Amino acid sequence: MNTIPCRKMITDSLVEFGRQDKNIVAVTTDARGSVTLGDFAKELPEQFVELGIAEQNAVGVAAGLASTGKNVFVCGPACFYVARSLEQVKVDMAYSNMPVRILGVSGGVSYGALGATHHSLHDIAVLRCFPGITVALPCDIYESRRLVESLLDYPHPVYIRVGRNAVPNVYESTDIPFQIGKAIQVCDGKDLTIIACGETVYHAKMAAEALAKDGISVRVLDMHTLKPLDEEAILKAAAETGRILTVEEHSIYGGLGAAVAQLVAEHNPVPVKFLGIPDENAVIGNSKEIFHHYKMDYEGIIETVKAWLQ
Amino acid sequence: MSVIDQKKLQALQLLAAQIRKREIEIIYKARAGHTGGSLSSTDMLTALYFHVMNIDPKQPNMPDRDRFIMSKGHSVESLYCVLAKAGFFEDAWLETFSCYQSKLAGHPTRKVPGVEMNTGALGHGLPAGVGMAIAAKMDKKDYYTFVMMGDGEQGEGSIYEAAMAGSHYKLDNLVAIIDRNHLQISGNTEDVMSLEPMRERWEAFGWNVYEIDGNDMKAILETYEDIKQKKGKPHLIISHTIKGKGVSYMENVAKWHHGVPTDEEYAIAMKELDQAIETIKNA
Repeated sequence: MNTIPCRKMITDSLVEFGRQDKNIVAVTTDARGSVTLGDFAKELPEQFVELGIAEQNAVGVAAGLASTGKNVFVCGPACFYVARSLEQVKVDMAYSNMPVRILGVSGGVSYGALGATHHSLHDIAVLRCFPGITVALPCDIYESRRLVESLLDYPHPVYIRVGRNAVPNVYESTDIPFQIGKAIQVCDGKDLTIIACGETVYHAKMAAEALAKDGISVRVLDMHTLKPLDEEAILKAAAETGRILTVEEHSIYGGLGAAVAQLVAEHNPVPVKFLGIPDENAVIGNSKEIFHHYKMDYEGIIETVKAWLQ
Repeated sequence: MSVIDQKKLQALQLLAAQIRKREIEIIYKARAGHTGGSLSSTDMLTALYFHVMNIDPKQPNMPDRDRFIMSKGHSVESLYCVLAKAGFFEDAWLETFSCYQSKLAGHPTRKVPGVEMNTGALGHGLPAGVGMAIAAKMDKKDYYTFVMMGDGEQGEGSIYEAAMAGSHYKLDNLVAIIDRNHLQISGNTEDVMSLEPMRERWEAFGWNVYEIDGNDMKAILETYEDIKQKKGKPHLIISHTIKGKGVSYMENVAKWHHGVPTDEEYAIAMKELDQAIETIKNA
């Protein structure tokens, strides 16, 4: 059972690469604990910038740092960076094309019971509309590691969202065909495709394995990059499996499901179903309970697929 | 303090007068622009680009250059005209200002050589300037970062987040300027949302504050001489200026925030600005 949260894998990687590359800078907003940046701050204090509780300033400062050639990771709770500092993300990062990386931790409903102030269920929808920004939701520690490696020399602004808790690994090692903008096919199938991102990929994989025992053949795509979207993989899935179920820790409006539906509606209209958060403030509970409530866990996915195919 | 050469001063005043005239020409041609705040900030920008800053228009990305951010991005006409005059791009580009598919939008973008940040939304320049100044300290470089803000812009809370960070990190390589022309789009700043006591507020934030006549080239140059000597704090220049400076009927009139002159008004403006140029040449 994996015990390392994705955020920790990312910050450990930043310490490792930061030792060699002095241009790697971590910026935070009184969140070194929640991000797990303590080791970075201790070991690489010259590359660490604490800005206090001020997300707008943090993103602007990061853009200024990036303009001089720094590889800047702004780290803090996802909910604040895509709300309080959204204009800085839009203007200073995306519009100015500054290669800042936001590491949004404890994203989605990770903060469960803390309520909607602390949920980030709109981030994919909003950021999809900002030209030039890359949006990535890695699903486990191995993919998180590969993502950081890809960002050592990546000339565009990036938003990364990961959860708070350690989650089961989808992959067995970092030996995966990871490439920004290219989905990974977790397993193949012919009856339908489940497209997932972030923590829902594990549930999609588990569901596919269970459904196989009932004779239902499911393809699973790990859509770790929401923007740019791997249109080719989606259209191939539409053509080859004829149905798509999307599962995301996000509002069902404007996120992964909406992106997939828009694409297939235009090019190859196949039936699409959506699992995610409806138009309401998410129910109170821990993240596991919330996933279950909205059928975003493997049990809910299995139930949804069976009902659909009957 | 070094004595400022009279010839240099006169040359800068002449450049500022010529740049003001060019601003009105492009605003008149485009039938759009932010007139008053461009005219008020022209002396300061002229001083920065033609005397104070270490820049090379032929190498706009020179790593150790001084940086300038036009945080009050709407005053883009003064920035564009200064950049063109300094040789960052051809003057002919100015003829396309705000036109269909022009490189020169109505707010600064990095597509234009010499522009460091895309601006236009207010309260963004100082945080970015803090980032550049921190980067200079990290890299042990001695370049300065200058950020020009509007006085109406002082309503944006992000400025004070950056003000805290600037003094926390003792960014004596950062110079913020407030173009204190007392007018914003709806009228007098003190009626819309009072900004005073501006000096005391910034001093309380830990900044080294100057208050000068920002339309007086000599005062501007003397301030920058002094700034180079002062260490340990970020610097703020409250640059008292006249909105619409240089065109009689625009001066201190709020509607010229983004007013565009009629044919008759344009003729008067050109006559006054030509006279100002001649007066400096003959001084």
